[in-house]
This record gives sequence, structure tokens and C-alpha cells, in this order.
Amino acid sequence: MIRDITLGQYYPAKSILHRLDPRTKFLGTLAFLISVFIFHTFPGYAVATVFLVTMIGLSKVPVKFMFKGLKAIFMILMITVVFNIFLTPGEILWKWGILKVTKEGLILAGRMAIRLVYLVIGSSVMTLTTTPNQLTDGLERIMRPLNRIHVPVHEISMMMSIALRFIPILLEETDKIMKAQIARGADFENGNLIQKAKNMVPLLVPLFISAFRRANDLAMAMEARCYHGGDHRTQMKPLHYERRDYMAYGILAVYLGIAVVFRVVGL
Amino acid sequence: MSIELKNVTYTYSPGTAYETHALKDISLTIPDGQFIGIIGHTGSGKSTLIQHLNALVQPTSGQVLYNGEDVWDEKYDRRGLRSQVGLVFQYPEHQLFENDVLSDVCFGPMNQGKTREEAEKEARQALIQVGVKEKNFSKSPFELSGGQKKRVAIAGVLAMNPKILILDEPTAGLDPKGRDDILDQIAELHKMRGITIVLVSHSMEDIAKYVERLIVMNHGEAVFDDVPKKVFAHYKELEAMGLAAPQITYIMHALKEHGLNVDGDATTVEEAKESILKALAQKKTPEGGKEL
Repeated sequence: MIRDITLGQYYPAKSILHRLDPRTKFLGTLAFLISVFIFHTFPGYAVATVFLVTMIGLSKVPVKFMFKGLKAIFMILMITVVFNIFLTPGEILWKWGILKVTKEGLILAGRMAIRLVYLVIGSSVMTLTTTPNQLTDGLERIMRPLNRIHVPVHEISMMMSIALRFIPILLEETDKIMKAQIARGADFENGNLIQKAKNMVPLLVPLFISAFRRANDLAMAMEARCYHGGDHRTQMKPLHYERRDYMAYGILAVYLGIAVVFRVVGL
Repeated sequence: MSIELKNVTYTYSPGTAYETHALKDISLTIPDGQFIGIIGHTGSGKSTLIQHLNALVQPTSGQVLYNGEDVWDEKYDRRGLRSQVGLVFQYPEHQLFENDVLSDVCFGPMNQGKTREEAEKEARQALIQVGVKEKNFSKSPFELSGGQKKRVAIAGVLAMNPKILILDEPTAGLDPKGRDDILDQIAELHKMRGITIVLVSHSMEDIAKYVERLIVMNHGEAVFDDVPKKVFAHYKELEAMGLAAPQITYIMHALKEHGLNVDGDATTVEEAKESILKALAQKKTPEGGKEL
């Protein structure tokens, strides 16, 4: 049932990408996303493709998982492509009534599609190789300088980790509550919208009560262990860069360099 | 009237990195009127097994038959099945949601299409049968103690008049008195309503006294399926699975090893007492009433 939904979608495997520091992966993903916008010609996209395919190969994650994320943006992708093809003015290739396809439109649509698809696959590479907790740890470290301007970086990242941690628990809980109510004859599938909303009450009340109870318990457990926010707090597994991370940054710099050169040369 | 499982296998998240087999090739029949115990440690597949009995989960392969009909047939009325086969989950918090106890228990019967009056009648009867006092009917279910919540949850299913009542760990988290009370009441229901009862537990002690048939689950397989006495005779294997026979079984076996002619199959304290007294009497007579 609902249990099959995976969030955070981490795929456990032993690869160089899995071992990289989450900061490296986060900044690397950012660099890749920027590069997709710097490149604006098809030879450029070829370079990005080579880079992306190499990363997917290195990640040892089955390719079908990479494409799963595309399902979510399929509609947006279609709309973008269709609008760009038909609504861009320029050299007309084909005309039918008020519909006209232009050369510029085709090129623009192609570019948009490539960019969108690469954005999603690029970030999938990161989320598939990094556990949500590693990711929040990494973000906390990257954003630490913001502490100076009184942004509660630690608190934000703690909230993020807790929220992420609770998603699977609450999903499982929802599943159990649904089953318990279905066993009492509840019907979550049939009926019109108002009926459906009404039928959700037996699900939502126990779910909210349980969420509040869990939050209370967690707060209590944290206080019992003297948690008091981020000041002077050390980590059990502090993040530190290894040689492979410096190498990764080197490769990223070269890659971004190529992207900038392509742009300047106008390729 | 029976539930029959035929070669049922259930796999969680098939085809992913998290694939696990919860049930492996289970075949068993639950005939009418039996009082059955299902035992196994956490993760042995017992909860998954009982969710197959009222079609809450669909087996990955194999068949579930109710009165000979495949419940996963396209046209089969699974909602109807669920009011015949009542399942009470472990945590009452998962199902209590109404403002007062009585309305909560009415939820099931009203889903069956009964009017509020009819539902209330069923609800009152069910609540009294599980030992909830009339003065608690108008209380919020969230104000009640753990044991009382459990009773209300059981009443919530019982009010639907199921022919088979399945209870998942009804004694978890209760103190010894609450545990005995609930189990006695369940045994009482079995007698009074003549319904089939399936009791899931991880404690042998709890259910040995009540059940007439015991199914032992381990790693998704039904390892033993027999009368309790015969199952407990395998107490060494049970121990290897992380379960244990009732303490009485150990005492009786130890006494036997020390040469006292007692019945090693005794499962309850009462039986053991009789058997020990008998053995002692036997021992006394030939030796002319000497003190042991």
C-alpha cells in the first residue's frame, strides 16, 4: 500500500559517489545545474551529457532509478515543449491554421527539454547517493557562515533532519491506521469529494494525535539528554574532506571552466 | 465456514534493494469455532499473516479462500468479508477517533449500513461484553487507561458481529491483572458468541491456557501447527527461535529428569499440580509413607 512510497529515495550501494562528502556532492550538483544554464549550444550540451553519464556510471545506481524523478515533471516538460514549439516566432517550417512550427521554436524547445531533464537527473544523482541525514549535515556546514548574521542554521537543520526522519514513520503510521479503519468497514476510495473528505476524519484524528504524541516524546527525550541548541555542539561523525573530495572539486572546476570557455567562445 | 490459505507468499517491496520475504509458502485452514493462538517473535510474519485473513494485504503469490471463494477475485466483496472477519490491531490509538466511546464503537456497525439506533444497540452490547462500564460510554476514548482503550478497540470490531475475531497482541502493554482480565473476557466471548478466535501473541505463557491450537511462526514460515501440548514438547527448538515454552514445561521436564514420574506435557499450573501430587502419592505408597 502506502508503504511503497520512498522519500529521500536513497539507494544504498558502494561507490565513490556514495563515499564523497555531502558538501562536495551538494556543491557539485549546484555546479552542474549552473553549467546546464551556462551551456547554450548543442556541443555544450554534449559535454554536459558526457559529464552526467559518467556520474551515473560512477554512482552504481541502476539507471531506471535516475529516470524515476522524471515522471513527476512529465506534465511540465510537455507543456514547456509544446508552448515553445508553437509560440516562438521565426522561420516557419510548417503551418496549419493558426498553428505554426518555427525553426527557432524547435531549437528553444529542445534546449528547454534538455535543461529540465538534466536538472532533475542531476539532482537525482545527489539524492540517490546521499542519505537525507548526510544531506542536512552537509547543508548545515555549508550555511554555517550565516550564523554571523543571526540565522539559526543549526536549529533549521535540526528541524529538517527531524522532519525527514519522521516522514517514513508517519507514512507507516498512516498505513496502519488506514488498515485498522478499513478493518472496521471504513471506505477511503469511493464517494464524491465531500464524502471522501468526511471519510478522512477517522484517519486524520488518530494520525494527528500520534504525531503530537511523538513530537512530545521526542522533545522530552532530547531534553532528558540535555539538548540545548547549537552552541558548542560537536558531532559524532564530523564532516571532513578527504583526498577524493579535493579531486572532485578539481574536476568540477575544470568542468565549469570548460562551460565558461564554451560560452565565451560562443560554441 | 472457514478461511483457507493456499501456498501464500508475501514479499515487501519486491524488486528493490529493500526486498524482504514476510511470508513463505504458508498453507493452513481455520475452521469454524476454533480458538487459535499464533505465536512468534517480532518480525516473524505473524502480523502480516493475520492481515491476509481479512484481505487487508494481497498475497504476492498463493490464494486466500473464505468459504471456498477466492477473496482476491475481481468481483469478491472484500468489505463484506471484513465485517465477517474482524481484526483488532495492536494499538487502540490507531483506531479511536470519535468524541465519545459509544460513537467510536458505532463506527463499524454504521459502516455496515446500520442506523444509529441499531448501531448503538450493537455497540452497547459489545462494550458490556468486553467489560466497559456504562458510565464510561460518554467519555472521550482518549481519557481512558490503556486497558480500557484496548477494550473499546475490541468492542469496536466486535460490534460488527464478526464470525471470526482476530486479535493482534491484545495483551501488549498491560499489567498482569489487565492481561488476565482481557484474556478471560476473550475466552468468555468465544463461549458466549461461539465465534472463532485467533489470538496473536509473543508470550506462550499468556495463551497456553486458552487456545486449543497453536501456530508457531518463525522467519515467515509456520514451523509448528498443533495442539499446545505437542508444540511445547519441542521446547528446545522453540528456545532456538527466541521463544520459550511456559515455565511449567521446564519444571515438569526437570522433575522428570530427577526421577519423578510426572506428565511432561502439562501446560498449566493446575495440570502440573495434579500431576505432581499424583506422582508424589505414587512414590509414597510403596515406601510406606516415608517423608521425601
